Amino acid sequence: MGHPPPLSSADGPAIVVTDLRMSYGATAVLTGLDLEVEPGGVTALLGPNGAGKTTTIEILEGFRARSDGDVQVLGVDPAHGDEAWRARLGVVLQEWRDNGKWKVRDIVAHFAEYYKPYAEPWGADELLEMVGLAAQSGQRVRTLSGGQRRRLDVALGIIGRPALLFLDEPTTGFDPHARREFHELIHRLTDLDGTTILLTTHDLDEAEKLAERILILAGGRIIADGSPDQLARAAATTAEVKWIQDGQAQIHATDDATDFVRKLLATDGGSVTELEIHRASLEDAYLELVAQFEAGEGATAVDTFLANLWLASFAKREAIR
Amino acid sequence: MSTNTLHEYRTGWKRALIETKISLTSPGDMMGFVMPTGIAIVVLLFMQRADFEGAPVSLGSMNMPSLIGMNVVFGGITAMVGSLAMDRTNGTLLRAKSMPGGMTGYLVGNLVSTAMFISVTVVVLLAVGLPLFDGLEFGTPDRWLIFVAVLLMGIVAALPIGAVIGALLDNPRNMGLVMFPIMGLIAISGIFYPITALPGWLQGVGQVFPIYWMGLGMRHALLPDAMAAVEIGGQWRTVTMFAVLAVWAVASMALAPRLLRRMSRRESGSAVAARRADMQRDW
Repeated sequence: MGHPPPLSSADGPAIVVTDLRMSYGATAVLTGLDLEVEPGGVTALLGPNGAGKTTTIEILEGFRARSDGDVQVLGVDPAHGDEAWRARLGVVLQEWRDNGKWKVRDIVAHFAEYYKPYAEPWGADELLEMVGLAAQSGQRVRTLSGGQRRRLDVALGIIGRPALLFLDEPTTGFDPHARREFHELIHRLTDLDGTTILLTTHDLDEAEKLAERILILAGGRIIADGSPDQLARAAATTAEVKWIQDGQAQIHATDDATDFVRKLLATDGGSVTELEIHRASLEDAYLELVAQFEAGEGATAVDTFLANLWLASFAKREAIR
Repeated sequence: MSTNTLHEYRTGWKRALIETKISLTSPGDMMGFVMPTGIAIVVLLFMQRADFEGAPVSLGSMNMPSLIGMNVVFGGITAMVGSLAMDRTNGTLLRAKSMPGGMTGYLVGNLVSTAMFISVTVVVLLAVGLPLFDGLEFGTPDRWLIFVAVLLMGIVAALPIGAVIGALLDNPRNMGLVMFPIMGLIAISGIFYPITALPGWLQGVGQVFPIYWMGLGMRHALLPDAMAAVEIGGQWRTVTMFAVLAVWAVASMALAPRLLRRMSRRESGSAVAARRADMQRDW
């Protein structure tokens, strides 16, 4: 990861979304989502459950009609994407149980056929080797474990050498071992060619491990956007300084903890004890956001998150630049 | 037809071959055919001891061809409805939608493999029926011709009907809503007893639907000509039979693509997940 892959056949951004809105009946799920993804690399769409990640990705995949806004995926509006456009996308859904009676190798070899008019698809054996399923090639699909099944789904997603691959919550329900193996697979994919990957996850740790860029989706729009490092630095900017002075607990929030403490200790006359500096981590801020969302306080959650991090303007400027 | 479309049809054909092989080698799929059909044949064997108003062959022999005809319509419709419902729940359809030309490939594959499966079951029924039942005639090319023509006509009518119903049926739970009326239709379609024994208005209802005509067509193909005397009007009504089946075929083929497109348009990951959650709640 890290090195920008060569530009694929698409010129310009892989994804451009402007003011995307989506409502189900009276419920607004997306309230003006803006997003631009350049070709290459892994971008994570991170957000609490119910934030609209799946809705967003389904609109991008062309599986769902939007209420309003402009969307371009590989230069085409997904609502009017044709088969040639479809051939340049790879889709891996949260859960797929299709064609369970097929043998692993049969399904890979057969599905490759569909892409032949548009691209040079992977050979079945080569691809199964790549995703680590060579030993299972004669097995029926439904006998695969959860992790193996998802790797097969990835194989079927990339079989036509797509310019853009969507992964929707790819490791939900995995044990740590399967999860680790899956992460290694994603790293291998990014090393291979110029495939752009957009993945959704509700797990910050996963986003930090896999993505070069993290977009946090909450309250129906993108509220933070930046590399894992940028977001972490932004989150860590505010620090809480705690100490005890004359038997009283004191607390102070500051952007420059070092300076504050220097001054504090210069003037206290030795009465300050139990000094602590606590830097808010991105994880703290994100977990608070998720907790508030789950308590049904969506709007408050976003405000608190932004106030905690004051990174909306900063990180977004950095990333979109 | 563009080369890509041609390619999609060819891929669908390959899918059909794989699917058929899977059906014929999966005990589950085969039992769905063997069990009810086996029971029906045993019942017909007992019916060989009964005659219908001095007809030249026994009631059992008379019903054996009707059973074959019914199997084509009933089997064809239920296989299509069942596979569309299942494939929407397990994501097969969505997978097809996610690939270039995948939907065409899926539908061609599904239709052709269902047709192949039905044809195999019909051949099995014929192979079992001919030696077991006295009085069936299948020795001359004219009989083979009628048999094959009726079989093809039945398949061509049944599969699109199944596709229409399957596309309309959003939830596999509602399979029963489809199955029960069809079973009711079988009862009034002269499959297990001549339709002429029913009151006139029920005969009328039965003759609207393809099951009666498929039974009639197969009796025409397999029974001695004298048996036409038992039928309505005392004849096989060959032209009417083909005409009614053709009307069903054309009408459902006109509807099916539109409904299948609508069904496909509505498919998404969350739709599949919702359907599955719905099923699980039920269990």
